[in-house]
Amino acid sequence: MSTADHAHHHELPWYRKYVFSTDHKVIAKQFMLSSLFFLFVGGAFALFIRWQLAYPGTPIPVIGSILPATWVTEPGSGIITPEFYAQLLTMHGSIMIFFVIIPFAVGMFGNFCIPLMIGTDDMALPRLNMWSFWLVPPAGLIMMAGFFTETGYAAAGWTSYPPLSAMTGLPTFTISGQTLWLISVFLVGFSSIMGAVNYVTTVLNKRAKGMKLFDMPLTVWALFITAIIVTLGTPVLAAGLAMLFMDNFLHTSFFLPDNLVTSSKYFGGGQPVLFQHVFWFYSHPAVYIMILPLMGVVSDVMATFSRKPIYGYKAMVFAIAGIAFLGFIVWGHHMFQSGMNPLLGTTFMLSTIVIAVPSSIKVFNWLGTLWRGNIKFTAAMLNALAFVSMFIIGGLSGVFMASAPVDIYIHDTYFIVAHIHYVLFGGSLFGIFAGIYYWYPKMFGKMLNESWGRKHFYWSFVTFNLTFFPMHILGVGGHMRRIYDPNVYDFLKGLGGVNEFVTISAIALGFSQLVLVFNVLWSLKFGKKAPRNPWRANTLEWAAPAHPGHGNFDTDITVYRGPYEYSVDGRELDYWPQWEEGKSISIHHHTVAVPESNDTRTFGAH
Amino acid sequence: MSSALNLSHEPVTKVKHGKIAMWAFLASELMFFSGFFGTFIVLRNTNYEVFKHGAHELAWPLALLNTFILIGSSLTMAMAIYHLERHNNGKFRTYLGLTILGAFGFLIVKYFEYSAKWQHHLFPGQDEHTVFFSFYFLMTGFHAMHVVGGMIPMVYMFFKSYTKSAYPHPSKVETLGLYWHFVDLMWIFIFPALYLIFP
Repeated sequence: MSTADHAHHHELPWYRKYVFSTDHKVIAKQFMLSSLFFLFVGGAFALFIRWQLAYPGTPIPVIGSILPATWVTEPGSGIITPEFYAQLLTMHGSIMIFFVIIPFAVGMFGNFCIPLMIGTDDMALPRLNMWSFWLVPPAGLIMMAGFFTETGYAAAGWTSYPPLSAMTGLPTFTISGQTLWLISVFLVGFSSIMGAVNYVTTVLNKRAKGMKLFDMPLTVWALFITAIIVTLGTPVLAAGLAMLFMDNFLHTSFFLPDNLVTSSKYFGGGQPVLFQHVFWFYSHPAVYIMILPLMGVVSDVMATFSRKPIYGYKAMVFAIAGIAFLGFIVWGHHMFQSGMNPLLGTTFMLSTIVIAVPSSIKVFNWLGTLWRGNIKFTAAMLNALAFVSMFIIGGLSGVFMASAPVDIYIHDTYFIVAHIHYVLFGGSLFGIFAGIYYWYPKMFGKMLNESWGRKHFYWSFVTFNLTFFPMHILGVGGHMRRIYDPNVYDFLKGLGGVNEFVTISAIALGFSQLVLVFNVLWSLKFGKKAPRNPWRANTLEWAAPAHPGHGNFDTDITVYRGPYEYSVDGRELDYWPQWEEGKSISIHHHTVAVPESNDTRTFGAH
Repeated sequence: MSSALNLSHEPVTKVKHGKIAMWAFLASELMFFSGFFGTFIVLRNTNYEVFKHGAHELAWPLALLNTFILIGSSLTMAMAIYHLERHNNGKFRTYLGLTILGAFGFLIVKYFEYSAKWQHHLFPGQDEHTVFFSFYFLMTGFHAMHVVGGMIPMVYMFFKSYTKSAYPHPSKVETLGLYWHFVDLMWIFIFPALYLIFP
């Protein structure tokens, strides 16, 4: 960055600084803001769903009376209709995945961490980066605009399977909620691809002097590999969405079979299951898009607060790469019940179970990192520990459903719902919380209030488990995944109490999240001023000023060692930042600091 | 903050940012079209007759003409890069202009093809051919959009070359060239798949 640029940057009008900014930190904050907003929208939708399941036929308290009495609620009663219930399910899933977890994990952490952690001033292509954010709000509005169409929001589930999503029963060129959903997800996909292309370029080209690929923190590694998945996976979904859009809007029949009994005219010849293949070819890797970045974040948080090097750093990198590769060859396990050659089913079952190997390597190494560490239970660390423990539970139930014979029994039940929330909420979201608590000082220059942070963690952790663990029981009891009224089925009547318990816990869980928002806002105003390196961590972002401006660093950065040299023998401090000069030798894979004057040969005897 | 920092040093890989990003983007584009080709293969296997009739209705001579136009424009694009790298602004402009003409010519031929199909009721929503012609309009349509997408920066560079400083970024033209060759290459896959292979 030249002097002229710096002089120029102070003259930027406010909207270039805060709205259409090309600064990666501002873009990260924008992603954080929009994701937090959608987190509460998606969460509110979930609570509507829970209310209906626990108290079917009871008006929604307070809000029910103000909902329009068209297709949304039964006229004059405040009870949601089955149509609206299906729409709520669809929108809850779509919003949480495309507008909360992916923008948080990839958008926020990718933007904030990559340039700072590799010691550079900004992304490789800052303007492209700005556009990758500014496609998200319009996409969100387009999806939410479904409410104002004749038939309401999209209602075919977040997976949006045809024929339901392809046949609207409306004339050609009619926009329905489903049409808007398709456009919206296409835009979000395009935004992801632009971001990912930028991340790949930045990591390859803009690393600080002396930083080799294997000197990068695991967060950057995870985001880099995630970016590769996004680059290769997302366009396939885009292709599928384009075809489904044509089916939906122009009445082609890529995914509509012959001999479908329907009220409106249509042309067959297509295959609905084909869409499932295309969809899951992206959406299974997307599961890893949603969790790999957080695995990186959690690794960094754990090493810092255990004051120990990551156990098996390279194994961690290869495990991430292994998960990413395997993620592309397992999509069929979502379709064991869709009709599949049993031989193919077995293949998908085996490749899916193999994913347990790199996942276990990661869990083992996290435990190895904690082992005999000097653990500091900060809010960030607590959330990271929750990530690991919840990921173990979610991972183990994952092995159940990876096995085709078991999956055939539990397919489309609440067991699956429990699993997905254990990995996506218990895993990803707790990882996101850990990252927010960890990097907040660098993001806003203020310390986040620890005491409120811990309260938020404990309340979330307890209510999370109370909400989602009983869902395993519901699922094995046969509770189907997307039903409107469980009381219709005799065999579910006995589970009404469990449903009610889950709903009460879910409401508590939802309100616990207000603590996070309160804490973020309160600390912004009243928080203690953050020092440069509050956690005494090694990675490069802590070399930057407490609240870095445009250009990030105020000193030249040269990298001398890997990111996890904590508690090195022969040093007074228990950390050794990457940017600090100093000699060390490795004895039995153990780094030992060597005073500048000493002759290293004296250690040679070992 | 100090202004003497030099954090944005030479690219680590010695390859320009734009070029790496373009290669990554092209990988993404390849997967995008793979999605279409994948479904094309599957549905072609189950709709043999429809695809047979459909392929016979297509005007392969026009498509062949388009193939030559597009390959030609790839060549002129490469020549444009060659001359800009040697600061030969006049020739750069000529060859870039030829490339734009090629792209434009491609779209004109496409227009004649599309309008003929429209007149013969060969578009999605007709009983007989709907699956094949859905693919026809989907794949050629997205390809044509890519052609238009390439033309926009070309026209910008073309008019920039008339200014006093000419167009000063050979590497950006090279990156655009990568994209243009990809568009060409995609056509070389789409052309036989739709027009030439009769079931």
